[in-house]
Amino acid sequence: MIENREILLNDPNSERYLVNMGPQHPSTHGVLRLVVGIKGETVDSVQPHCGYIHRGIEKMCEHITYPQIIHLTDRMDYLSAHQNNHAVCLAVENALGVQVPERVQYIRTIMDELSRIASHQLWWATFGMDLGALTTFFYGLRDREKILDIFEESTGSRFLQSYYTPGGLMKDIHPDFQKHVKEFLVYFRKLLPEYDQLLTGNVIYRARSINMGLLSKEDAINYGVTGPSGRGSGFSCDVRKHKPYGVYHKAEFNEILRTEGDVHARYMVHMDEMRESMKIIEQLIDNIPAGDFIAKMKPVIKLPAGEYWQSVETARGELGVYIVSDGNKNPYRMKFRSPNLSNLGVLEKLSIGHKIADLIAIGGSMDYIIPDIDR
Amino acid sequence: MNFSFYDFTGFTQSIDQALKASMSPFWAVTIELVLVGVSILAFYALLGLFLVYWERKVCAMMQNRLGPNRVGPRGFLQTIADLIKLLLKELIFIKNADKLLFNIAPFIVIIASFMAIAAIPFAKGLHAMDFDIGIFYILAVSSLGVVGILIGGWSSNNKYSLIGAMRSGAQIVSYELSVGLTLLSVVVLAGTMQLSEIVESQRDAWWIMKGHIPVWIAFVIFLIASTAETNRGPFDLAEAESELTAGFHTEYSGIKFAFFFLAEYMNMFIVASMATTVFLGGWMPLHFWGLTGFNEIMDFIPPFIWFFAKVFFVIFVMMWFKWTFPRLRIDQLLQLEWKYLLPLSLVNLLIIAFIAMMGWHF
Repeated sequence: MIENREILLNDPNSERYLVNMGPQHPSTHGVLRLVVGIKGETVDSVQPHCGYIHRGIEKMCEHITYPQIIHLTDRMDYLSAHQNNHAVCLAVENALGVQVPERVQYIRTIMDELSRIASHQLWWATFGMDLGALTTFFYGLRDREKILDIFEESTGSRFLQSYYTPGGLMKDIHPDFQKHVKEFLVYFRKLLPEYDQLLTGNVIYRARSINMGLLSKEDAINYGVTGPSGRGSGFSCDVRKHKPYGVYHKAEFNEILRTEGDVHARYMVHMDEMRESMKIIEQLIDNIPAGDFIAKMKPVIKLPAGEYWQSVETARGELGVYIVSDGNKNPYRMKFRSPNLSNLGVLEKLSIGHKIADLIAIGGSMDYIIPDIDR
Repeated sequence: MNFSFYDFTGFTQSIDQALKASMSPFWAVTIELVLVGVSILAFYALLGLFLVYWERKVCAMMQNRLGPNRVGPRGFLQTIADLIKLLLKELIFIKNADKLLFNIAPFIVIIASFMAIAAIPFAKGLHAMDFDIGIFYILAVSSLGVVGILIGGWSSNNKYSLIGAMRSGAQIVSYELSVGLTLLSVVVLAGTMQLSEIVESQRDAWWIMKGHIPVWIAFVIFLIASTAETNRGPFDLAEAESELTAGFHTEYSGIKFAFFFLAEYMNMFIVASMATTVFLGGWMPLHFWGLTGFNEIMDFIPPFIWFFAKVFFVIFVMMWFKWTFPRLRIDQLLQLEWKYLLPLSLVNLLIIAFIAMMGWHF
């Protein structure tokens, strides 16, 4: 395939040329390499090359115990660390038939939603930067700091928290947790309209995003595009709604769906999801029941032989955890269905025929986290 | 020597007479040229450094940050430290780059902006060259810079640079038209291209007050088009950090990069001072008809303070654009110029010519 393209490139009559975007490039937010074929300014092929941050997490999982695996999952989609932990914990707990205390379920759900807000804030910040609006970056990070402070207080870490453990949590929440979360909700409800004022209503932003990178519902389903990107195309794929885990069934919230399928639809899904997440936290934060923060577990966790599957909704889509156990303390085979890899598959389809600048905008709207693609 | 902050004519003339009295006219003129050159060079460097510092402070203010605040009082020496760093850095040469063109490009860019600054009237009598075709000269000279950008982008032998340079070429060639037409509208009103006379024609009130709504339209179009001409955000497609890493100057390092960088800021100063001179009264104080007391208080403020206050206000507006708006796409950029700004400024010029013909302006 590549050779054919290079022949095309060497054809003196062809105006086509190849540009390597990445692995070091300001817009890929990581080490993704895109080989982009360009005619003038128009993109006519995009070939993603993965593997620049492949660490073999799935293989490493085969040699370590389940509580240790938690720490590796943080490093996949680092902005959804809590949700990644959650997926593995749920898989292990369901396999063992452990009933985790209700307090744990509440705290996990709240933490998941907090990290979803933090992730969407960072997405908004960097998406604005991809479009050339540099100020969004600082607005987004300013508010994300507040959430990271809350995480730091309870989990001891700001970024890769590894807070969940099979059976419960590493430690109980900080006594001020509820107070600070409520303060944050008041603070962020006031500042979220600022995001809209700065970017959403901007004429240039709208010209750059509306009708750009159209993804049809059929393609979203065929390519397995989940998360905000899938929902922006009308594909109802929210695991929190369809296969509730944690205490999502106790909270009232809407699955944000839009039918346009363009960059702006994906943008609006992100913005509205932040509001929905705040709604979920508001309903749960006052009702955290008293009790233990971890269920009684055996010192060495061994899963009965068999196959287990658990999926959760991360900030970027459906994360599936597939465990094959042969009865030992470490899995026989571990597989993560990471949302970003499926979302990356559709990039070429979305960006052909658009300009280089649109490729960056489309890539930004799909919200790629490269370590999650390569694992 | 009679020195006054309000009128530099006497000051410059007395220097001229003192020199001519003590040596032959040839040497007197040579020394005068050197004096003017050195003072413009010093002014250029200091102003460039200050603008970089100021941009960083303004952008920090808009982004909830502090900006430079460690080196020197309020971070004032930060840009000087940066300049020293850039001077000491290694100049990297690209293997397959066209050596001659690659080296010459930053100089073309910086010389173009350097030449334009000579024709700007800073205050009464503080004016290096007072051409009778001043506006035409500045337009001609400032569009030379794009040649440097094109050469730099092409000779670096880098695809990003090439795309950036081609974008820049298309952009500047298009927006030059609007800049020219909007400046022409005031030329029609003032009846002269000489910058000092345009300033003089605004003694009772600035053109933006005298020229009704069409001059306002011309002013706004000029601001947009000149922001585009200086390759600044939201029109910074030639650099487009998130798309083309650094656009046309990707491969430049050290002081050559600093030349591009400095030229960008000085071009911003040049277009801001053109906006000031042509639309905002140059170094003329703010006057209102009939308010004699107010006008006399305004006269008390020296002209060069008026000039720099207005210029920095316009520069602030341009920085405001950059730190608020997302970047346009190349086809949208050209669409904006050819479909909206150019027809609008053409019609506007016609209306202004009609106003000038009927003598309806003040």
